[in-house]
Amino acid sequence: MEYEATIGLETHIMQKTGTKMFCSCRHEYGAAPNTHVCPVCLGYPGALPVLNEKAIELCCKAGLLLGCAINPYSKWDRKNYFYPDMAKNYQISQYDQPLCLGGQLEVEVDGAMKTFAIERIHQEENAAKNTHVAGGSLVDYNRAGTALMEIVSEPCMHSAADALAYMNALKQIMQYGGISDCDQEKGQMRSDVNVSVRPVGQKELGAKVEIKNMNSFAFIEQAIGYEIDRQIAVLEGGGRVAQETRGFDADRGETFTQRTKEDAHDYRYFPEPDLMPVKISAEQVERWRAELPELPAQRRARYVSELGLPEYDAGVLTSDKAVSDWFEEAMRHTDNAKAVSNFIMGEMLRLLSGQGTAISESQVTPEKLAAIIALIDAKTISTSAGKQVFEIVFNEGGDPKTIVEAKGMAQVSDDSALEGWADEAIANNPKSVEEYKAGKQGAINFLMGQVMKASKGKANPGAVMQMLKQKLDA
Amino acid sequence: MADLNTLTLSELSDKLAAGECRSVDIVNDVLACIEERDGRIGAYLTLDRASALEQAQAADAARAAGACHPMLGIPVAIKDLINVKGQPCTCSSKILEGYVAPYDATVVSRLRAAGAVLLGRVNMDEFAMGSSTENAALGKTSNPWNLDHVPGGSSGGSAASVAADEAVCSLGSDTGGSIRQPAAFCGCVGVKPTYGRVSRYGLTAFASSLDQIGPISKTVRDSAILLDTICGHDPMDSSSIDLPATAFAAQLGSDPSLSGMKLGLPKEYFVEGMDPEVEKAVRDAVEHCRGLGAEIVDVSLPNAKYAIAVYYIIATAEASANLARFDGIRYGLRIDGKDPIELYGRTRAAGFGPEVKRRIILGTYVLSSGYYDAYYLKAQKVRTLIRDDFAEAFRQCDAILAPVTPTAAYRKGEKTSDPLKMYLDDILTTPINLAGNCALSVPCGFASNGMPVGLQIIGDAFNEEAILRVGHAYEQTTGWHRQRPEW
Repeated sequence: MEYEATIGLETHIMQKTGTKMFCSCRHEYGAAPNTHVCPVCLGYPGALPVLNEKAIELCCKAGLLLGCAINPYSKWDRKNYFYPDMAKNYQISQYDQPLCLGGQLEVEVDGAMKTFAIERIHQEENAAKNTHVAGGSLVDYNRAGTALMEIVSEPCMHSAADALAYMNALKQIMQYGGISDCDQEKGQMRSDVNVSVRPVGQKELGAKVEIKNMNSFAFIEQAIGYEIDRQIAVLEGGGRVAQETRGFDADRGETFTQRTKEDAHDYRYFPEPDLMPVKISAEQVERWRAELPELPAQRRARYVSELGLPEYDAGVLTSDKAVSDWFEEAMRHTDNAKAVSNFIMGEMLRLLSGQGTAISESQVTPEKLAAIIALIDAKTISTSAGKQVFEIVFNEGGDPKTIVEAKGMAQVSDDSALEGWADEAIANNPKSVEEYKAGKQGAINFLMGQVMKASKGKANPGAVMQMLKQKLDA
Repeated sequence: MADLNTLTLSELSDKLAAGECRSVDIVNDVLACIEERDGRIGAYLTLDRASALEQAQAADAARAAGACHPMLGIPVAIKDLINVKGQPCTCSSKILEGYVAPYDATVVSRLRAAGAVLLGRVNMDEFAMGSSTENAALGKTSNPWNLDHVPGGSSGGSAASVAADEAVCSLGSDTGGSIRQPAAFCGCVGVKPTYGRVSRYGLTAFASSLDQIGPISKTVRDSAILLDTICGHDPMDSSSIDLPATAFAAQLGSDPSLSGMKLGLPKEYFVEGMDPEVEKAVRDAVEHCRGLGAEIVDVSLPNAKYAIAVYYIIATAEASANLARFDGIRYGLRIDGKDPIELYGRTRAAGFGPEVKRRIILGTYVLSSGYYDAYYLKAQKVRTLIRDDFAEAFRQCDAILAPVTPTAAYRKGEKTSDPLKMYLDDILTTPINLAGNCALSVPCGFASNGMPVGLQIIGDAFNEEAILRVGHAYEQTTGWHRQRPEW
């Protein structure tokens, strides 16, 4: 029998709010345990939550970037469960009136454009971090109460490739939008994956299996693949897939039962009496919309239509926001988009990957690259000399123009100097001259090489070619 | 100078301002009174004498340096669920025994800023759950008018300390009557402010949508002074309302006329089973107000009869979540287990008393999947109807007169075996919390057993001015509030 998998994702993203969701504690990754805590995020008696407006703004902007409608009235609810990572033993979340509703994400999967529907985005608070050690567990409440939004997709994906493309696009948009850095290593982007399988043609979805809390895209891909195969095997064997929550064992590449339906929590949601509902006016939504940054797809289109870059270049430049921002900055200092693109895709990315550093830390700044390109465009240096200058600046720093002067890299376009080298090359290589005159156009390249050699690479190649042709064709 | 502790807050405030006494003198007299009487009353759970005297000295020094505030140097007893930095805050529960608050509640910060002396921690029903202070796990409190009788609750210690002159005034909290009822039982004045009037930040939550901190004092004016000091918008409490500064005390004049005021009398409030002596005292008070020039009009609160049912669903639902934080992980009692679940179970089994457990279980049940709509959601809808009743009534009157409780203070142990019977005693106070408006209790006589009776004056939301005015006029022209228990 043919089977079809259905996948939905619940993606938790930590927003760049600076301070926590309901108190003014800062959030700093890697701070000494329990140093960014207060009576509110530790759940002390009498402490009350106060809303972080930045979180509301970022959640709504995330919604706008994903085409969601912003709920004019949304409210807070308590989700009750006992666990040491939740200081109050309830999480403040949004149950039935989230900030953002609807939305979609257009993604390219294996060369075809697909649209994945988003059901809702709600705002909540993060849990503390538990570390299990010999003889007990340690709880670090620095992360407790940090701003966390949950983006819930519709069950609209059908393969691991779909899910991966969706998450990559989501990550890119959140980064571009300044919503989150989505650093998975730091737990800033984690997903619960719902997977079900049904025979093709069956209307109802199969039993839903939820795989909890994964931060690695590679693991998510593996887990989905494993889970689809497992569920199909169960169905093929005449069994029924149990609705349950499973974990993923990365070492074995397998999922395993964590909690069955019977053990499912009753979270006893009810409206949070300590917080007032959030009302958002249409004017506020429009103000936020006006502040939205350009998304990668929009940038990509603009690079092609306005800057005349090839699709390929536009794709490479926009795939990483940092690279794209760097490109944008360089374009403020030069008009030669293709030259900037070539240098980024060639020298820059090659050298960066060799060093393992970020583009923002490169000694070649956008201004310096523009200066190098200006020297090439003014024919002061050749393109190959330009690449040398780039590498020198990249490794040692310095001002391109000073380097060109100090190293004597300026190319020679002066006719008298060129004429001496050209005459010499013609005189010393009668065979090539003969071949050229016999119609073998390529022979001129050898002569050209001789001139470049004699000039130690400084001769202006265009001027040399012109002069050689002039002399030979005469 | 002796017995400064028997004077009212405003009398002491005047004396302090006139240089006729020092804060240290007042605190010494109060401490001496506590020393002498509290063995019998049991109002205080903890008392830091040295700290109280230090604060009094600081207040005297501040006054010498030019500071002035009606609360400067006035000792205040604090119900043991309001956080005061560096002091215990047990909520009279074993689960918080030994816990020391790491921060000040907003009302406490405001008292400190005014220069008040934070005297000590007074007893209460555990986590404010009760009406007699018999549910207290860490102390027993008696009614100063008759030691065999309950002081009321949950702010029993707050009321008893004031009635026994062991405090000049106190702070209590009122979720379903917990200020007004003990104030009535002990012959004091108590005000339940409008929800949102006083910051709840630092008030250990029982039922977040109902809790309000308020004053208990010897006179209406004293409560007005205390309320002026503690109320006002607090950015740390999202439910606190941003309103212009109040001058409740300053608005209380010397003219006791109530002419031009319409006072409502709700027929549903004279319930079956009401003690005829209580009813008579209240009806006499109504006539007294008519004599002061008020027009008495009949109003109706048809949904008030559902208040107990609604209250015990909403309050317990919120409490079941609010009390979840007492889990033995971060503070308070911990009894270890093999895993967190066992640790929670053991800690909470040993730490909470029976009434608290009863309410947590009830609240958990009404929120459970499949029951939510029938209980919690339905209760919220009826709550709206109760609120609408009051809104309608206040279109016809400026304030409502009613009893506080169906009976005066009863004997200890009389109702402990029947929780439901004790719940029903809240019938006249819970509607006000559910509606969110304000009310006060002022002494209006005595039952034949010698126990005080309280008149409840109910006001519209944020119209404390009206109820204070009526209460003050009543008080000025009657002598009930000046009667003290004999020692």
